[in-house]
Amino acid sequence: MVAVMTLFELEFMQRALIAGLLTGLAAPAIGTYLVQRRLSLMGDGIGHVAITGVALGLLTGTAPVLTAVVVAIAGATTIEFVRARGKASGDVALALLFYGGIAGGVLLIGLAGQGAATLNTYLFGSLTTVSPTDLWIVVALAVTVLVVAVGLSPQLFAVCQDEEYARVTGLRVQALNILIAVMAAVTVTVAMRTVGLLLVSALMVVPVATAQQLTRSFRSTFLAACGIGVVACLAGIITSYNADVAPGATIVVLALAGFMVAAVAGALVRRRRGLVPPLPDEEPEVHVPEPAAHLVSARHGHAHDPKCGHPAIEHGDHVDYVHDGHLHAAHGDHWDEH
Amino acid sequence: MTADTTAGQEAVQVVDLSVDLGGRPVLRGIDLEIRPGEAVVVLGTNGSGKSTLIRTMVGLLRVSRGRVSLFGTPAPSFRQWHRVGYVPQRITAASGVPATVQEVVASGRLSRRRLFRPLTAGDRAAIDDALEVVGMVDHRKHAVAELSGGQQQRVLIARALASDPELLILDEPTAGVDLSSQSVLTEAIRERVARGTTVVLVSHDLGPMDSLIDRSVVLRRGRVVYDGPPHAAQTHAHVHPHGHGPDEPGWLPS
Repeated sequence: MVAVMTLFELEFMQRALIAGLLTGLAAPAIGTYLVQRRLSLMGDGIGHVAITGVALGLLTGTAPVLTAVVVAIAGATTIEFVRARGKASGDVALALLFYGGIAGGVLLIGLAGQGAATLNTYLFGSLTTVSPTDLWIVVALAVTVLVVAVGLSPQLFAVCQDEEYARVTGLRVQALNILIAVMAAVTVTVAMRTVGLLLVSALMVVPVATAQQLTRSFRSTFLAACGIGVVACLAGIITSYNADVAPGATIVVLALAGFMVAAVAGALVRRRRGLVPPLPDEEPEVHVPEPAAHLVSARHGHAHDPKCGHPAIEHGDHVDYVHDGHLHAAHGDHWDEH
Repeated sequence: MTADTTAGQEAVQVVDLSVDLGGRPVLRGIDLEIRPGEAVVVLGTNGSGKSTLIRTMVGLLRVSRGRVSLFGTPAPSFRQWHRVGYVPQRITAASGVPATVQEVVASGRLSRRRLFRPLTAGDRAAIDDALEVVGMVDHRKHAVAELSGGQQQRVLIARALASDPELLILDEPTAGVDLSSQSVLTEAIRERVARGTTVVLVSHDLGPMDSLIDRSVVLRRGRVVYDGPPHAAQTHAHVHPHGHGPDEPGWLPS
């Protein structure tokens, strides 16, 4: 208890925890959209490119957070253009961009006279290095990402769910796609000090994967992922302080542990759900006696229709309705037993 | 073009339309006018260009020659997308995050919503109506990926109906759909036709929808070869042409 009290009294830990809270919210928020459109690894690629941005900052004496956000946005926009063109060579182009980002970053950091220790704080996060200036930038960027991710959620959801349909509703799909890429780039920069550039993508993807083990809707997945992200970040930062290890690794290991728990729970829930009846479109497994050639249902006053509540099933070239254990089919002005 | 002067009244006007996909001509010189309130089916074999035609109508594909107008406005500058309801061919792969029926149908309201605004009471009522029409109210909280193919198709139709469109464009609405869902879909569309909605649908097997069509257009190798009243023979004939002459009504010289 004493250890925890002193932890919250340390100013650098207060800054680290605020940065962690915002990172835990922002990364899964944008991550939900990336996972929805099956671009889970986009954050990873942007993280690689951002290393060059950090190096440029160190080399020129500018705040690395600022240079990183500029370079990350440029990289993310490039990735989005390559993706939208959908060419087979796009895959290779992306690989070139990712490795160019890492190699360029390491090279430039060497030129700036900084060693591997400095680089490591950006790759895997570092609690002590969040300066007050950094914190303000992180707060501003994270709040922007959250406002966009929540405020534009109907539009972003539609674009990620069914891009062509979104276009026919008149949405500016290309602008929204670039917005998602830019937000992902901003989030990478926000998360850089907490989880680090190499592990940021995990914080975008793992909470979403964890949440959807137990959710059925986009909204609940989004909210649960943000909650999981916050818990993983805060718990990871506190653990990393006590154990004196890099926060990025701690946060990601905790998030993965959460995923395993949710995967087991999800499997159990699905097994229980599996006991509900089969889809109504499937043939009911009741024994239906064969009717005579043309057997008119006596005094059948009820008119079946698709909404009357009686299960409708396919029967050759027409639709029958299950009614008290036998089948009724429309025939002119009366109902036949089938 | 003399057609320019009368353009204002057509729901869809296609003039001398050619579309290339990957450098290969798919549509060649299509002329087509669809008047408000008509229910038109576009028939043709695989590769005849029928899906390309309606995907071009809704602005998804680039026109290489000619033009498409919706409600008298050339497609590139058309902005009133709430007047159009589009039903694409069924989602081939589910997206990476689960989504409920209600959430997907709510996307249909986007053409009427402004940015950064929550759903209004009117939006909710329209979503409820659309779910009701396709008989999916009880499934609103279900994940779309867990539904059968026919139920997924009903969800896509509800999404298109949610904006209360004047023009409904459907790409293969009955393909791979079980018969009971087909009859639900047919009733949903019949109700729209009765309210004056223009319907354009692509199909190579109409099934129960046959009864609500009042005009059919047959494409072959990217050209219109028939444009006229529907009758049972020509749905067969477009697959198996049998030496029709230009004297038969509807058949166009190819």
